[in-house]
Amino acid sequence: MLELLRQPWPWYTSGAVIAFVMVLLLFFGKSFGFSANLRTICSACGAGKRVKFFDFDWRSQTWNLLFLVGAVVGGFISAEFLTSGEVVQISQATVQDLQELGISAPSGLQPEEIFGLQALFSVRGFLLLLLGGFAIGFGARYAGGCTSGHAISGLSNLQLPSLIAVIGFFIGGLITTFVLLPLIF
Amino acid sequence: MKGFKFILAGILFGIVMSKSEAISWYRIQEMFRFQSFHMYGIIGTAVMLGALTTYVIKKYKLRDYQGNPIVFQPKEMSIPRYLIGGTIFGLGWALTGACPGPMFVNIGFSYWVILVAIAGGLAGTYMYGAMSDRLPH
Repeated sequence: MLELLRQPWPWYTSGAVIAFVMVLLLFFGKSFGFSANLRTICSACGAGKRVKFFDFDWRSQTWNLLFLVGAVVGGFISAEFLTSGEVVQISQATVQDLQELGISAPSGLQPEEIFGLQALFSVRGFLLLLLGGFAIGFGARYAGGCTSGHAISGLSNLQLPSLIAVIGFFIGGLITTFVLLPLIF
Repeated sequence: MKGFKFILAGILFGIVMSKSEAISWYRIQEMFRFQSFHMYGIIGTAVMLGALTTYVIKKYKLRDYQGNPIVFQPKEMSIPRYLIGGTIFGLGWALTGACPGPMFVNIGFSYWVILVAIAGGLAGTYMYGAMSDRLPH
């Protein structure tokens, strides 16, 4: 059984477990939306004194911060106990496309060119992570949700706004993939 | 402890996001290049099962564990808000290969550099809050 869990999970298992997490939170009386935590953290750090958007009772969102802590712990458990050290099996076409950009084939979960310490201490690597994160934080609040809030919860509730947001996610993702990444690398 | 169940739900989320490899920059690139079914299969399965459960919850007016009705907040209709906000989000998603959840799961994997992206995410969130009045919604 443990051996089976240690393999990468097939998409249908993964999708089902993600849906289960969403439903679990509904039965806990909450709704699944991860990026709200970024707003909560800003508010907990005192941003509400300067900006009205952060002036709310952030303690009511403690449950979501606990979920966030759990997500970190879950990652740690996977890394420590549930990994057989396999390399991400992405398609050969992707490997080739990325090699043309100068990003090496997977040797783990993440590319050394972006997640390695050496990349972090380069201007390019540092700005990629910082600005990428900035766009995620800004865009998620502007759109009122991220992948969990819109693509999973929102689409499950057949919300047209969420479909528009997901279309936006793809427009942005395609611009980065086919325009920005070739310029950056 | 009342909050413990949320930690457990988070742990399950962290495990599934990593075991599905949805936290991998490579998988997100593969998705945006339409070169594999993997990510579409994950999101598609989650949405289909999620939609089915949401339908059942609404139809049978199911309640949460405390006996309160489960309510779904409909999202306010707008096009610019979701399209522009979503596009900005997508730009960042493909750059870092991690949306907000996977950012934190990556910490558990000791990919410490992701802390820079999280700092950026907090700054971006703050910037949105500071200028939201001046943006088209």
